[in-house]
Amino acid sequence: MTQLQNRPVTRREGLNRRGSLEPRDPRAPRRSTAVALLLACATLITLDQTAGALDPARRVVGEVFGPAESAVSTVTRPVTSIPGWFKTRSGMKDDLAKLRAENAQLQQQVRTTDYDRNRLAEYDGLTKAAEDLGYAVVPTHVVALGPAQSFHRTATIDAGSASGIKPDMTVVAAQGLVGRVLRVTSTTATVLLIVDGDSTVGGRASSSMKVGFVRGGSSLGDGGDSLELQLVDRSATPATGDTVVTWGSAKAAPYVSGVPIGKVTSVYSSVRDSSKTAAVQPYVDFGALDLVGVVVPSGTKSDRAIIDADGRFKQ
Amino acid sequence: MSGRLVAMSGLLVAVALILQVSLFDAFAWDGVVPDLVLMVVVAGALSRGGQVGMVLGFGAGVLMDLAPPADHAVGRWALALLVAGYVAGRFRQDSGRAGVLAVMATMAACSFVATSIYALSGMILRDPAVGFGQVLQVIGIGLVWDVLLTPLLLPGLLTLYSRLEPAHAR
Repeated sequence: MTQLQNRPVTRREGLNRRGSLEPRDPRAPRRSTAVALLLACATLITLDQTAGALDPARRVVGEVFGPAESAVSTVTRPVTSIPGWFKTRSGMKDDLAKLRAENAQLQQQVRTTDYDRNRLAEYDGLTKAAEDLGYAVVPTHVVALGPAQSFHRTATIDAGSASGIKPDMTVVAAQGLVGRVLRVTSTTATVLLIVDGDSTVGGRASSSMKVGFVRGGSSLGDGGDSLELQLVDRSATPATGDTVVTWGSAKAAPYVSGVPIGKVTSVYSSVRDSSKTAAVQPYVDFGALDLVGVVVPSGTKSDRAIIDADGRFKQ
Repeated sequence: MSGRLVAMSGLLVAVALILQVSLFDAFAWDGVVPDLVLMVVVAGALSRGGQVGMVLGFGAGVLMDLAPPADHAVGRWALALLVAGYVAGRFRQDSGRAGVLAVMATMAACSFVATSIYALSGMILRDPAVGFGQVLQVIGIGLVWDVLLTPLLLPGLLTLYSRLEPAHAR
């Protein structure tokens, strides 16, 4: 007690919230620190929203974390492939049956398309010139996926500016369009997937050649990743089962033309503005991305083998 | 904060961040992965108090905002983890040396608070356009992941932090 009375009680900080004379816990959060850190958060958010002032910081952190992510992803690949082993026999049988049915359907289509092919051959001469301007693809692996907690669908790939990759290049997988490059470091690049809520891709319904916009972050469709297509021509209706391909942008950035995006699964009409929106099922499985390619102009200098327009590997 | 504390926290946060995006993405449940960085922050706050928890949360959050696959506004995870560190620090003051259940409850509370604040800041900034239902689902799955992994990872992290502590301060 005497000890307490001898303490100088003039300092306001000596009193805790209940007004008693207990000494303050030195580890309790200090109000000044809390205010300073909260203000720092607000400043960072404002800086990043108004201008790209923090891009250099992103780049520096990326240069350090990118290679580390590549290394961890490579080392743990034997472990991360384990979920694939648990595909059941009945699941594989289902897959087989589905593929057989698809194969039969495709064969039928091939038999009936001879006439179309002959006509196309005439146009081929015209497209030869375009083929000379063909694109090359830099093959890369996806080494990191952004968590769903961040509500953004982004990925890191293990090729960067040293491999000839620049922002706003198209990223494709064997099945179709994956996304576009947002920013690069020397050895890695960040890709915005087309299923992200901020992503808009110019799309064309392949049967009617009508153009529209394919947006990500859709709540349409039944489960899994879904996109939505809205045609520019409000009176046109996208057909169910139709393939949607990119119509490409000026100078092929950010998207080259003719890359398949997905298949129209259902069409919804809005009563309010009499427009129609189609749910599009992407061809790419975004939960299991691994090998992807970045479309670069033919003849790009790269530190790795690139697949050229004629399908051959080139050092 | 001593130099060793800063160095160890930085290393732990970096390792947690890389594992979160490069290893656990293969085991993600609807895209949701366990928030390992949050676990480091909670461990720091539980063993060293709210002051350390707040600073650690802020630093870890900024790193999460800047490291490669991230594309949202910088400062959003910093804000979320800063508050989570503060909350975990309050739990420590109230319960002293905590048991497993108390730690799991703290983790659940922090996971809920952090993901909610992050999602709310996104709604205010219109950063990604996501629906309310999807947000709730992600928060729920994230909470289950974090609570499930707490008994496996937190004891080790807490031991690491308490070993670093000088004996007289305990």
